[in-house]
Amino acid sequence: MIAGLYRAGDSPLHRTGAGTKLLALVLFGTLLLSVASPIVAAGGLLLVLGLYLAAGFGARIFLAQLRPVALVLVLLALAQLWLSTPSEALLLVLRFAALVLAAGLVTLTTRTADLVASLERRLSPLARLGLDVGKISLAVSLAIRFIPAVGQIAAEVREAQIARGRRPSPVSLVVPLIVRLLKMADEIAEAIDARS
Amino acid sequence: MSTRDIVLIALFAALMAALGAFPPLMIPAIAVPVTAQSMGPMLAGGILGAKRGALSMLLFVVLVAAGLPLLSGGRGGLAIFAGPTAGFIFGWIVAAFATGLVVERFWAKLTFVTAFLAAAAGGIVLLYAIGIPWISLVGGVPLATAATGSAAFIPGDLIKAGLAAAAIVMVRRAYPMIRQEDRWRTAPSDDLD
Repeated sequence: MIAGLYRAGDSPLHRTGAGTKLLALVLFGTLLLSVASPIVAAGGLLLVLGLYLAAGFGARIFLAQLRPVALVLVLLALAQLWLSTPSEALLLVLRFAALVLAAGLVTLTTRTADLVASLERRLSPLARLGLDVGKISLAVSLAIRFIPAVGQIAAEVREAQIARGRRPSPVSLVVPLIVRLLKMADEIAEAIDARS
Repeated sequence: MSTRDIVLIALFAALMAALGAFPPLMIPAIAVPVTAQSMGPMLAGGILGAKRGALSMLLFVVLVAAGLPLLSGGRGGLAIFAGPTAGFIFGWIVAAFATGLVVERFWAKLTFVTAFLAAAAGGIVLLYAIGIPWISLVGGVPLATAATGSAAFIPGDLIKAGLAAAAIVMVRRAYPMIRQEDRWRTAPSDDLD
């Protein structure tokens, strides 16, 4: 099982259910995007900052959440400054920072398994429309188990090629990897069908 | 949908994660690092076909949203979907579907050229047609500005479409996966392999 982005803790946020947090995130995002005021956006950002502190997260984790979007955000802010007004640029940066940080907070305080379980519960009413929730659960749990295995096979294929004195190129790596996965699929499917 | 289909969908979602762990390729002619991950939708659609390919990308996106750090560079979680470039992530589902649809159409006489066109149509043209308006809409910048910012990635994506096309053609020869009954819309039976 690979490690998720969840950070263990015992705060009220950690104990809140996944569905509640997702709903709160959607409401927060809707509110933030429907009011075009830098003051409201700054208030939202402060609220999120307070929630990080309440969840026991410091500045390092807080800033790490912003890193993946920082470059795009700076570029967009520069474009806004050039094409529009400084207040528009400020609104954009504040809104995205608040939204990205809020979404990151849900991820940090909710286990992957809880989020997946919440998704499955939400999908179960759709079973009447012909959606097979059992198969969705199977796909999710299989994929989570396959991720380390596929990474392992990829490393093996790479090592085998280096041992044969070949410099592994993307195609010479991907093709044997995929063929091995396709062969595995038949065996795994037979094993699952035999057990059920 | 058979158990085998479910297993294939899960395996290609996992392959997508493995591609994200590949070290990015630096090509001297272009300054942008080329990550292997965006080859994933092209490969999934081109090898599994439209429906299973798109479902494997949907599964991958769900796992990222559920908090697994599977995007290249170890990124993941809900924050990615709140950011301005989320259109490119959601676009992978459509990209795999479109690539699969074109590959299914040319399945009987699939060549490198048709596979490349399929990968480029889905994994570049359609993906940018979703990702660029998304940036423009949520970032409040004109389409042209968003397009200019994204253009730097096109040379790398063309290389990836070429690599994916080569892989699709080679895997088809070694292990053909798309059969008549797997196709999204049943094509005339005379082009069945």
